[in-house]
Amino acid sequence: MSKKKDTFINMLVSLFVITIISGFSLGYVNDLTVGPKAKAKLEKKVNALKLVLPTFDNNPVEDVVLIKAENVKDSVEVFPAFENNKFVGAAIIGSTEKGFSGLIKIMVGFTPEGTIENIVVLEQKETPGLGTKMKDEKFLAQFRTKNPSTYNLKVNKDGGEVDALTGATITSRAFGEAVQMAYNEFMKNNDSLIALKN
Amino acid sequence: MAEKVNQTQNFLKGIVKDNPVFVMLLGMCPTLGVTSSAFNGLGMGVATMFVLLMSNIVVSLVKSQIPSKVRIPAFIIIIASFVTIVEMVLEAFVPFLYEQLGIFIPLIVVNCLILGRAEAFASKNNILSSIVDALGMGLGFVVALTVLGATREILGSGSIFEFKFVAEDANTFILFILPPGAFIALAYLTVLFNKISIKTT
Repeated sequence: MSKKKDTFINMLVSLFVITIISGFSLGYVNDLTVGPKAKAKLEKKVNALKLVLPTFDNNPVEDVVLIKAENVKDSVEVFPAFENNKFVGAAIIGSTEKGFSGLIKIMVGFTPEGTIENIVVLEQKETPGLGTKMKDEKFLAQFRTKNPSTYNLKVNKDGGEVDALTGATITSRAFGEAVQMAYNEFMKNNDSLIALKN
Repeated sequence: MAEKVNQTQNFLKGIVKDNPVFVMLLGMCPTLGVTSSAFNGLGMGVATMFVLLMSNIVVSLVKSQIPSKVRIPAFIIIIASFVTIVEMVLEAFVPFLYEQLGIFIPLIVVNCLILGRAEAFASKNNILSSIVDALGMGLGFVVALTVLGATREILGSGSIFEFKFVAEDANTFILFILPPGAFIALAYLTVLFNKISIKTT
C-alpha cells in the first residue's frame, strides 16, 4: 500500500473519519461507565456515612437535606441518622477552599449534642506525604468525642487545641475550619433535623 | 518492510538501551509529578503502557491511510481517545487510583513518549513490531516510574507500597516527597542507570 497523497480532500476525509470513529467509541464507553461511576461515588458516600455516624436504621442518603449556607458556594449536604425513629446524629459535609492546594471536603458526624463522632476526608489535593497525613488515624483521633463548643478548633500556633501536622500547618488550619463550618451548620439546623421524623 | 526486525532486541531496547525515562528522558511531566509513592508510579506506568500499546496498534494499522501532512493531528486524536477511555474506566472501576493520579491522567495525551513512538516507530513498522515496541517501551516506563516512586517513598515516607518499616513518627527526608526531591532522585537514578548499562553493553 502506498501512502495517500497530500491532497486537500484526502486530508479532510481522513481526519473526518478518525474523529467520527473516536467520537462514537468514546460515547459508547461513556455509556458503559456512567452507571459504575455513579455507583462508585455513592458507595464512597455510604461507606463514609457508616464510619462517621452512630448506628442508624434509616437511609441517610435518601433523607439528605440541602442547606443554603453563607460563605459556601454550593449548598451544604446534611445526612440525618435515625434509629427507631429517634434522632441519633447527623453527618455534615464540611468544606473549605483554604487548603494548601485548594478545596478540602470532609464529612463530620455529630451526635445530637454536637459532639464529634468521627471525621472522614472525602476530597483533597494536599501535598502527598505532608498534608495528606490529615487522613491518618493519628491526626483524626484528636477530634473524636470533642465538642466544638468547648474545644477550640484552631491549631496550637493560633491559640487553639489542635495539634497541627508537621510541615502542614496550612492544611491543619483549613481542616479545623472545615470542621468548624460543619459544626456551625449542624447547630443552626439541629432543631429542624430532629423535627424531621415527627 | 525490507529489513527484518529482531523482535527480542526490539522488545529489550525499550527497557535498557533506549529506556524512555533514563535514556531518552521522554514523558518527564508524569515522571516527576506522580511518583511520590511506588504505587502511584506503577499505576501511572500501567495506564501509560496501555495507551501506548493501543495507540501503536491503531497507528500501525491506519498508517497508510493518513496523508503525511495531517499525521500529527490524526495521531493525537487517536491517543486522546484512548486516554479518555482510560480516564473513564479508572473513574468507574478504580476510583482510588483515579483520585491519586488526578490531573495526570488527561495529561497522558501530551506524553511525548506516546506520540514519539507513534511517529518514530508505529508509523513506519508493521503491527507486530509495533506491539512489541509498545510493550518494551511501556515496560521500560513502568519499571522506571516504579523504581523512582519506590526510591522517593523509601526516603521520604520510610515505606514501600504503603508498607511502613520505620516508626510512625520517625523523621524521614520529606524533601523526597516534594517536587524538588523528584528532580534529585531522577538525576541520581539516571546516573546510576547509565553507569550500569554502559558497563554491561
